[in-house]
Amino acid sequence: MSIDITGVTKRFGDFVALDDVNVSIPTGQLTALLGPSGGGKSTLLRIIAGLDSADTGSIRIEGTDATSLPPQKRNVGFVFQHYAVFKHMSVAKNVAFGLEIRKRPKHEVTQRVEELLGLVHLSQFAHRMPNQLSGGQRQRMALARALAVEPTVLLLDEPFGALDAKVRKELRDWLRRLHDEVHVTTVFVTHDQEEALEVADEIVVINEGRVEQIGSPEQLYDEPANDFVMSFLGEVTTLDGRIVRPHDIEVELAPVPGAVEGTVTRVLRVGFEVKLTVATAGGDVTVAMTRTHLRGLGADEGSRVWLYAAKGAVTVAGTAVKETAVAG
Amino acid sequence: MVEVSTPTKWALRLVAVGYVFFLVAWPTGLLATRTFEGGVSNLVETLADPDVQSALALTGRVALLAVVINLLFGVTISLLLVRYEFPGKRALSALIDLPLSVSPVVVGLSLVLVYNSRDGWFGPSLSDAGVDVIFHTPGLVMATTFVALPLVIREIVPVLTEIGDDQEQAARSLGANARQTFWRITLPSIKWAVVYGVVLATARSVGEFGAVKVVSNNISGQTQTATLMVEEKYQNFAQDQAYAIAFLLVLVSIACLVIVAVLRPSSEK
Ligand SMILES: Nc1ncnc2c1ncn2[C@@H]1O[C@H](COP(=O)(O)OP(=O)(O)OP(=O)(O)O)[C@@H](O)[C@H]1O
Ligand SMILES: [Mg+2]
Repeated sequence: MSIDITGVTKRFGDFVALDDVNVSIPTGQLTALLGPSGGGKSTLLRIIAGLDSADTGSIRIEGTDATSLPPQKRNVGFVFQHYAVFKHMSVAKNVAFGLEIRKRPKHEVTQRVEELLGLVHLSQFAHRMPNQLSGGQRQRMALARALAVEPTVLLLDEPFGALDAKVRKELRDWLRRLHDEVHVTTVFVTHDQEEALEVADEIVVINEGRVEQIGSPEQLYDEPANDFVMSFLGEVTTLDGRIVRPHDIEVELAPVPGAVEGTVTRVLRVGFEVKLTVATAGGDVTVAMTRTHLRGLGADEGSRVWLYAAKGAVTVAGTAVKETAVAG
Repeated sequence: MVEVSTPTKWALRLVAVGYVFFLVAWPTGLLATRTFEGGVSNLVETLADPDVQSALALTGRVALLAVVINLLFGVTISLLLVRYEFPGKRALSALIDLPLSVSPVVVGLSLVLVYNSRDGWFGPSLSDAGVDVIFHTPGLVMATTFVALPLVIREIVPVLTEIGDDQEQAARSLGANARQTFWRITLPSIKWAVVYGVVLATARSVGEFGAVKVVSNNISGQTQTATLMVEEKYQNFAQDQAYAIAFLLVLVSIACLVIVAVLRPSSEK
């Protein structure tokens, strides 16, 4: 294991930001810390980097106890949510910073900087100042700067958080490819479940300072440990006291044993998909299906329908948080 | 922007220009006129006087020391105020503004109370150790430093606050220790604020009168600074010399302002 976090607790005054967190992050993989805003993701990342210190617990990086090491001795690369570029230095100087601190020979620095700028597609911008770059370019520069010192682990705090959706998606794919090239153990923070599912080898779900589940994207999606993980990784609805994904609900126009009876109150067409709202005795249920499926079924507003979870669908006991919030 | 009618605009301009003219430009202009009434000879003769030379040199020395001290402490205290949490921080921050709100004469008097060599708090023991403060150069430096203290700090603090500590943290994570982070990241980011603060502090130190007057025994050639000499010459009816020295002091201030004006835009690049 590359990073071992054992029993880490962090308080800010009375507020518990991290509560006995235990995580092991595998070597050479791309791990996502996923969770809602304020869950403690950045705090955990900063503690790994040594930018904050834990109240209790220990951090080991590549087998060495790093708990009391200052950040400059941990050999981690950190990419900040808001880039934290050195505003008074050119792009090349920014990237060279870590190497110059380590007093590497000049020609080696120049060569390495060129190499890295090529890697992040910024070669032609080497002599610009950071304020002459776009947000995405600045972020790539920050990444090159962190990679320059050949860190044992690379930590990225919402690396694409401040960018627009399209650039985000491009950079996300690019990060995945970059990681496949460079193979440095990487941990990135995100609150976007799609980003985590698409890019990460492994996901750590963090909520209110606690780790809810650790696993591969498939494991989290197919075997969510609890209602929180299930609700956080995609849309859910409550059917008969269990939470289910809306597209995992089967709809029949005739009674089926064990099915829940209800009335279609709303039909919403969004692109290829249709969302039905069905009023049942246990509250409103959202059902998703393709337009073709709905046409074949022949249901419409006012229809009586019978709902049940499809065979093999993942369900978890509980109530979908978002729906109860809307209902009352 | 609020739309202002043209006549109002002109009236406002006239008031502003008139205000500055009658209060600042005209009097200083007259100073120059008086200095050069008989050509440059007045200035040349005044400058040839060894007492005048020694007063100017003393002012230069005192101002230089005061500015260097304020530079070192100013940067340190600013970092302390912005980057660290400690009990009494707000009190310290308020205390730093004290020299701006207290009359310089009071500053001088309080220094005399603490450091005079007869019954001051530290004075006698310092005097025994061979360091005389009041009526000697150290006293002049202390009084000047005290008066100019907030100028550097008040320039740096807002800039430090605005840049935040992101870049410093990034430098730490890239392997820089505290010293390297300061020299390579923090200082370059605040350098214009530092320069501006130093220029203001210089102007203030060169021109200080009240506090210095109290701690100096005004012996020309020893503890008489340029401003003190202006007063003395003026009261002894050596007005031409008073004007000449005053003119030199104005030149220093104008030089400072020009430096600031030249530097400021380049900091916005
Ligand atoms: N320096 C601090 N002082 C006090 N509270 C803090 C501090 N830093 C973080 N917190 C609190 O700790 C909690 C976790 O913060 P953290 O920044 O780790 O959240 P996050 O999961 O990164 O959220 P986001 O996705 O919004 O960035 C938040 O409730 C935050 O208010
Ligand atoms: Mg965060």
